[in-house]
Amino acid sequence: MTEYPGTTGLILNEPLLWEKGKQGRSGFSLPRRDVAPQPLSETLAGDGPDFPQLSEVDVVRHYTRLSQWNFGVDTGMYPLGSCTMKYNPKTNERQAAQPGLARAHPMLDDDLCQGSLLLMYDLERFLVEITGMDAATLQPAAGAHGELAGMLIFYAYHKSRNAPRSKIIVPDTAHGTNPASAALCGYRPVPIKSSDQGVLTPEAVAAVMDEQTAGIMVTNPNTLGLFEENIRKIADIVHAKGGLVYGDGANMNAIMGIVHMGQIGIDVLHLNLHKTFSTPHGGGGPGAGPVCVLKHLEPFLPVPRVIKENGRYRLSEDFEYSIGRLHAFYGNVGVLVKAYSYILSMGAENLKKASQLAVLNANYIKERLKDTFHLAYDRPCMHECVFSDKLQQPYKVTTLDIVKRLMDYGFHPPTIYFPLVVPGALMIEPTETEAKEDIDLFIESLKSIAAEARDNPELLHAAPTGCRRKRLDETTAARKPILTG
Amino acid sequence: MRYLPHTPEDVDAMLKAVGADSVDDLFESIPVDCRRKHPLRLPESLSEWELNDHIDTLGADMAVSPDYRIFMGAGSYAHHIPAVVSYLLGRSEFATAYTPYQPEMSQGTLQAIFEYQTLTARLLGMKVANASQYDGASALAEAVLMAMRISRRKKQVAVSRAIHPHYRRVLETYLAPTDYEIVPLPYLPGGVTDLDPLDTMDDLAAVAVQSPNFFGCIENIETAAQRAHDKQALCIAAFSEPLAYGLLKNPGSQGADIACGEGQSMGIAPSFGGPALGMFATRMKYVRSMPGRIVGQTVDTDGRRGFVLTLATREQHIRREKATSNICTNNSLCALAAAMYMATLGKTGIRELARLNYDRCEYLKAELRDAGFTLPFEQSTFNEFVVDFGKNFEKTHSRLAADNIIAGLSLEKYYPELSGHYLLCVTEMLTKDDIDRLVSAVR
Amino acid sequence: MKDVSELSFPDDFRYAESHEWARAEGDTVKVGISDYAQDQLGDIVFVELPETGESFDKGTEFGTVESVKAVSELYMPVGGEIVAVNSALEDAPEQVNNNPFSEGWMIEVKPQDTSELDALMDKEAYLTSLKG
Repeated sequence: MTEYPGTTGLILNEPLLWEKGKQGRSGFSLPRRDVAPQPLSETLAGDGPDFPQLSEVDVVRHYTRLSQWNFGVDTGMYPLGSCTMKYNPKTNERQAAQPGLARAHPMLDDDLCQGSLLLMYDLERFLVEITGMDAATLQPAAGAHGELAGMLIFYAYHKSRNAPRSKIIVPDTAHGTNPASAALCGYRPVPIKSSDQGVLTPEAVAAVMDEQTAGIMVTNPNTLGLFEENIRKIADIVHAKGGLVYGDGANMNAIMGIVHMGQIGIDVLHLNLHKTFSTPHGGGGPGAGPVCVLKHLEPFLPVPRVIKENGRYRLSEDFEYSIGRLHAFYGNVGVLVKAYSYILSMGAENLKKASQLAVLNANYIKERLKDTFHLAYDRPCMHECVFSDKLQQPYKVTTLDIVKRLMDYGFHPPTIYFPLVVPGALMIEPTETEAKEDIDLFIESLKSIAAEARDNPELLHAAPTGCRRKRLDETTAARKPILTG
Repeated sequence: MRYLPHTPEDVDAMLKAVGADSVDDLFESIPVDCRRKHPLRLPESLSEWELNDHIDTLGADMAVSPDYRIFMGAGSYAHHIPAVVSYLLGRSEFATAYTPYQPEMSQGTLQAIFEYQTLTARLLGMKVANASQYDGASALAEAVLMAMRISRRKKQVAVSRAIHPHYRRVLETYLAPTDYEIVPLPYLPGGVTDLDPLDTMDDLAAVAVQSPNFFGCIENIETAAQRAHDKQALCIAAFSEPLAYGLLKNPGSQGADIACGEGQSMGIAPSFGGPALGMFATRMKYVRSMPGRIVGQTVDTDGRRGFVLTLATREQHIRREKATSNICTNNSLCALAAAMYMATLGKTGIRELARLNYDRCEYLKAELRDAGFTLPFEQSTFNEFVVDFGKNFEKTHSRLAADNIIAGLSLEKYYPELSGHYLLCVTEMLTKDDIDRLVSAVR
Repeated sequence: MKDVSELSFPDDFRYAESHEWARAEGDTVKVGISDYAQDQLGDIVFVELPETGESFDKGTEFGTVESVKAVSELYMPVGGEIVAVNSALEDAPEQVNNNPFSEGWMIEVKPQDTSELDALMDKEAYLTSLKG
C-alpha cells in the first residue's frame, strides 16, 4: 500500500490577532528613556492606532500556528506551473541577513557601501553572462516591474527616434502582466494566436506587424512549456519594421547554459530571481525582476547604475537617455544577495545541470501521465507540461476538483486554468530539485485521483477534507467584501 | 551539488521512461542557431564555507551600526527589530510558499495578510488597505494612476516638492508615457507645502503631499484634503515614516482619500533600500479602483471562517490590459514582518516608541540650536529635521565619517537652494550619549 | 452550465448577439442580460453601470458584469440616453443570476431610434443562434 504524504495531523485553532490579548499587555522591549519628554503641539497629536495588546508569547503562538496552516516548498512538492517553485537554499538566507548587508543604509556615500555595490555590479555581470545579453539593471522589484521597465525602454527608444508607436503584439499564451504592463505605456495589445503546435508562427506575426507597432512580447520557453522555435524569424520580421522584441524570461530555468538569448533576436529580457535563481516567493513577494538588454538599448536603462572605476564602485545617474528611476532606492537588494549566493554556490556547470534536470523531470511526468490525463500538445516539453480535464469530463469532474483532491494526498496543486488557450489546463512544473521518488509519488497520486474520478467522483467534489478549511466561498467574499476586521 | 537530488541511476531510469538516449535529446526542439556555443563563464562554485567568508568580507566593507552612528533617515530608518519578528518571519511555511492561489492550503498567509490589511488600515485611519506593494515610491505612483482613473478625464496632478525626491522621480518615470501633467507645489519658508498654486489649476485630479514630509515637517493634511476636494480632486497622503502615526494624527482622520507610502520602519531591515513595503490604503468607495491584491474574509462549506484572495477582477490576470495595475505580486513577506511588528508593539507600545523617537529628536534639535546652528524650518517635525550647517561643512562631514559618525544627508543634490543644509534623523537606536557626541563633534 | 433547453427565454423580449435583452416599456427600453449569459458567467458578484443622463450608441459598452474570475463587457442593444439604472444590483448582484429578466434588469434607455429595437433578434432567432 502506497503511503502518500498527505494526512490529517493535529492542526490547532487560532483566532484573529485582535480577538486575543488584554488591555495593558505588550510584546515590545523599549530602550531606556534617557531624555525628558519634549513638548508636542496638541493640534498635531493623534490617538494612536487601535492595535491589539499582546504578550510576546501570544504573538509567537499566533504566527507559529498560522504558519502550520500553510504549505511551502519546504513542506513538500509544489509543482505550480510557470512559477518555478524550486528549493530555496538556506545558506542564501544567512547571506542576506549578514549584518553588514542587512543593516546597510541606502543613502550613504558610495565609499561606505563598497560591499553591496560590488555584489550588485558582479550580479549584473553574471546575469549578462547567463542570458548572453549585454547589460542589466537590478532595479525592478518583481517580474511585472521588469516588464514595465522593458516597456518604458521600448517607449523611450521609439521616442528617441522621433517615431512613437501605439501597438504591441502579445501572444494568447502570455501572462496577464504582459498586456497590463504594455498598457501602462500607452500600447494597445494586439493579440496573436499560437499554432496547433503550441508555438508562434512567423506568418501570424508578419500579418499584424507594421510601423505603428512598437514590437512583440514573447515568453520563451512559452507558458505551454514549449520553446518558441521560430523566434529568430519572428525577430527578423519585427526588426525589419523597426520594432523591438521583448523576452519574458519567466521560464529561463529551462535553458540556462543552453540557449544564448542575446543571439536569438531578443532586445530586452526580464528575469525572475524568485523563480530561476532560487529566492523564496514569501507567499507573494518580495521578488526581483532584473532586466537585461542588448548594447543598443543600454542608454535607456534605469538610473542609478553601478559603475566600476579604478577598482572602486559608485552609483551614477549620468545617463541622458535613461527612462529614470523605478524604485525608491536600487531594487530589492536583500533578494539580490540570495540570487548572487545561489549563482556562486552553483557555478556554471550546475546551473546548466539544473536546467537539464528541470526538463528531464517535466518530460518524465508528461510521459507517465499522458495516458491518464489529456495532454494538450503531445510533443517534447521544456520545464513544464500542460494537461487538461478533458478525459475526466464524462464523470462531471473538473480540473478544480482534481487539484483540490491532490491536496488531500499531500501535494500542492499545479497551476490551473492557465494558459487560457487550453480549457481546463493543469500546468505542471516539477523543477529540478524534486527527487525521482517524490515525483513518482506525485504521479501515483494523480493516477489514483483519476481512478477516483471514474469510480467515486464525490470524493473529488468534496475535496479537500484534510486541510484546515474545506472549499471556501469566493462568491460571497466578492459580493459582500469583508476586507478588514 | 546538494540541491540536485538526481543520482546517475535516476537519470538513466527517467530517460528510459521518456524514451530518450541522453539529456541533450530533450533539447532537440531548440534550433542549433539558438544554442550557446561555449559554456557559461562564471566563477568556480563555492562551498558554504567559502561563500560565508566571501559575504562576510563584503559585509565588512559596509558602514553600519553599531560601529557607525548614523544620523540619517531620508526614507530608510534604523529601528530595533525584535527577535520575535526575525524568528517568526523565518518560518519557512511562510517564506517558501507562493501567492495563496489555493486558499485551503494557504490559510496561514491569507489570515496573516488579512490581519496586516486591518492593522495598516487602523494605523492610517482608512477603511481598506491592500496586501502591499513594492515600496513607498511605487505606491505613490500607483496612487496617482488610481486617482487619474477615478477622475476619468482630468490630466493634472499637483505634487509637493517636499515629497521624497526619489518618490517624485519614480512618479515621473511611471507617468512619462502618459499625457498626465505633474505640477510641482513649492514649499513655504516654514517647511510645509504651499497649496496656493492649486487655485489656478482647472484640470486637477489629485493633490499629493507627504507627512511627515522629506524635511521631517508635519504637513496639514486636513487643509490639503479640503483644498483638493474643493476642486473635486482626491487628496493623496504619502509617507516614509509611518511610526509617526503612533503619535500624530493619521491621514484618514484628516480627510485623505488615499494613504500610501513606505512601511520599512515596521520591522523590516534596511538592506540597502530593499526589499521594503509599499503600504496602500483608501476609502471603501474606491476599493474597486485600488491596485494590488486584497484578501477577504469568507466561510468554507462547513460555515467556518476562512480567507481568500478577492476582488481579483481588478487585476491583470483577469482584466489584462484593462487592469487597475500591472502589479502581480505584493511584498507579502515584508507585509507579514510589518504585521508581526505592529502586533508586538501593540496600542501602548507604538505610542511609547513613537514618543521616544520624537523626544530624542527634539533633544538633538535643542542641542544644535544651543550650539548656535540654525534650523530653518519652523514647522514641528517627527524623527527628522533640517539644519543649516553652513557651506563649508562638507569637510567636517567627511572627518566625522572617518570617526564613524554620519552627520546626516546633504540636501544640495536634491534642493540646490539648500546648499549647506543637512537632513538629520534620530530614532530609538541612537542614545542621548550618541547625540551628545555628535553635537560636540560639530560644534 | 446548463443546456439551452434548461434555460428560459420569455417571448416578448428582444435579444442582441452579445446576449443582452431589451424590452419596450412605454417610451423607454429596459435592458438586462439573458438567462444564457448569466448561466455562462456563473455567480455574478458585481455589476458596474453608467450614470443616468449619459448617452451611448448602439453596440457601445455601457458597463461590465463580473463573476469571481471573469469580467464581461455590456453593450447597448439600442442606442440612447440612460434614464434609470438598477441601483439595487449594487447590494444584490445575485438578482442577475436569480431573475435575469425581472429584478436583474440593468438600465432603462430612452432610445434615439426605435427601429434599433426591431432589428434585434426575437426569441426564436436567438435560440437558433445559441444552438448554432
